[in-house]
Amino acid sequence: MTNTHTVDAAETLLDVQNLSMQFPVRGRGMLARTTGYVQAVGGVDLSIRSGEVLGLVGESGCGKTTLGKCIVGEIRPTGGNVYYRDSDGTSVDLTALNSKTLRKYQRHIRVIFQDPFSSLNPRMTVAQIVGDPLKAHGIAKGSELEDRVATALRLVGLSPGYMHRFPHAFSGGERQRINIARALILDPQLVIADEAVSALDVSIRAQILNLLRDLQDELNLTYLFISHDLSVIESICDRVAVMYLGKIVELADTDAIYRSPQHPYTEALLSAVPRADPRLRGTGRRIRLSDDFPDPSNPPPGCHFHTRCRYADLERCRAEIPQLRVIAGQHQSACHLTEELTLAGITAPTESAPVVD
Amino acid sequence: MTQPDPLLRVEGLKTHFFLDEGTVRAVDGVDLTVMPGTIVCVVGESGCGKSITARSILGLVEAPGRVVAGHIWWNPAMARDRSPVAERGPRRGHRAGKSHGGRADLTALEPHSEQLRQIRGNDISMIFQEPMASLSPMYTVAAQLTEAIRLHMPMSKQEAFDRGVSLLKRVGIPRPEQRMHAYPFQLSGGMCQRVMIAIALSCSPSLLIADEPTTALDVTTQARIIDLLTELQAETGMAIMFITHDMGVVAEIADEVVVMYLGTVVERGSVEEIFHDPKHPYTQGLLRSIPTMGRGSRQRLTSIQGQVPHPLNRPSGCPYHPRCDRAVAGVCDVADPPTVNLERGRQVRCVLYDSDQRVAPSSSADAGNRDQP
Repeated sequence: MTNTHTVDAAETLLDVQNLSMQFPVRGRGMLARTTGYVQAVGGVDLSIRSGEVLGLVGESGCGKTTLGKCIVGEIRPTGGNVYYRDSDGTSVDLTALNSKTLRKYQRHIRVIFQDPFSSLNPRMTVAQIVGDPLKAHGIAKGSELEDRVATALRLVGLSPGYMHRFPHAFSGGERQRINIARALILDPQLVIADEAVSALDVSIRAQILNLLRDLQDELNLTYLFISHDLSVIESICDRVAVMYLGKIVELADTDAIYRSPQHPYTEALLSAVPRADPRLRGTGRRIRLSDDFPDPSNPPPGCHFHTRCRYADLERCRAEIPQLRVIAGQHQSACHLTEELTLAGITAPTESAPVVD
Repeated sequence: MTQPDPLLRVEGLKTHFFLDEGTVRAVDGVDLTVMPGTIVCVVGESGCGKSITARSILGLVEAPGRVVAGHIWWNPAMARDRSPVAERGPRRGHRAGKSHGGRADLTALEPHSEQLRQIRGNDISMIFQEPMASLSPMYTVAAQLTEAIRLHMPMSKQEAFDRGVSLLKRVGIPRPEQRMHAYPFQLSGGMCQRVMIAIALSCSPSLLIADEPTTALDVTTQARIIDLLTELQAETGMAIMFITHDMGVVAEIADEVVVMYLGTVVERGSVEEIFHDPKHPYTQGLLRSIPTMGRGSRQRLTSIQGQVPHPLNRPSGCPYHPRCDRAVAGVCDVADPPTVNLERGRQVRCVLYDSDQRVAPSSSADAGNRDQP
């Protein structure tokens, strides 16, 4: 499939460098001292190009949401930098700004949250919810605010006539549209969609995914699309970053990562996704990962994945932390053994005959 | 072909909720059968009544909900000849002593009656969606696991504990003796779901109802839980009624598929037929709207127009007609669609397949065929 969003590699909108976030772990009691740290994000380098959809995928607890929160400035990372390229071409380090100056940039980076039921205040009308960012940033009020809310609602396919209703009157899909309208009303450059479609039903999910894509074409948006669902990621993203225990383990164009994954974790994730074709059942392609997700406050030495990796060699993988490195072209992987392994990707559904290993 | 009697037969089940705002017809005429030793998947979007159907079977519908019509025939005699499970020795005699040998209508039993309590958790058991939320954080795994065992089997505490350990081992929990003394919050989501499965299996049920057991879990954990359930099913010969909204999971696990929409069953068939020759426009739409892996990046999805109507104002006629792209004006919006029996026990609740209705099902099979793009 041709990619309509070919972007110039130089046009980096956001550059995350060596970002890390540690949460302190305290003992019991109010005055207890810190007994350790949970390394939610541990040294992530990631650049988001202007106009692309970058997928961020991983199991729960891998730090993908924390990474998103660090980028919008919802939490202050404990290390590293987030460079944002402003519209005039200057690059700003968001982590170095104080909260007052940061606000100016938070207009450009907005978030769509996961759960459409808990992310909307039930005591506010739709007009108040969607218009709140305009008010908070002192951009519009009164009838101008209403006009802009109406425009935003029309943009996401809702009738402006509903703007004085409360969220409970809307279904899950409509609420997610309200969520999207709220994120878009400030004309952002970058939208972070944190599991934006995970809580929705199958038929509604397709609608919202199509809406997100149309909005991107229309408004020239850039998305960081965080999800645990690999089939959703494939359907919307240009590039995919796979995260495991606070680190990016593989980064490549969507087609490359799905056809020929270069990291054993990606291979295992891909093989675990149930595919909607009973004829593919029992083809022996599933790789089972053990359940024991390592404790992020005490990550295993060396490659974090070696405890669950079926290819791990116990000397090198246990001793040495693999760095994210270029394998071929744009394809990056953090595995010592990449060159020695032939990993199975997803075969196109047109090859309907099941492949038996 | 002579079909054996089903283990469970739900006939015309209607479970309604009587609210101040009106009556919500959550389940509105559901027919389904579960054959012994098969995995039946009930699939549908949220609000289609799949969970309430399951809860109705076990008498777990809470007020203001009530089963208002229909029968749920439970036929434990069919479960007798299934392959015996290891270490269920003391169990055999215990069950033989019970009186329910013949067919019983579960809707006729009081939810709190002794008879239904004997069936619930013993013959039919259930696992729920949120493993973290359905285990009590106040009790250890051992307490929650042995409670079910001791309730239904004459065992000493020590015997029950030992059985619990072997069950935990069976569902793939490492170091089961230590895990018995753990509290649920000390375990991961996948481990909690395994404990739930162990509790559900503790009395070797003939039917396991699994209500979205993998929805809250990661893909890797989900894959392992699905493997575990298939393995246990093959080993014990129990039947599983698996409720999910994920068509991928259905394709992995099901023998039979029941597609539900707004409280009604719209289509029933074998997994192969449902996925490769879907008949009902809703099933076809559902299959088209899921992203297929391997098709390449940025594939545009075909979505079903509109949304599931609010349960309080159901459309007249076929519940799906406002969203259906093949709805026939003057037919679908007026009359309830007929349930059409097709070959090999397939059923479709759609006027397009009704031979009396002179509406040709034009190339319907191709529309949903996802094999070739």
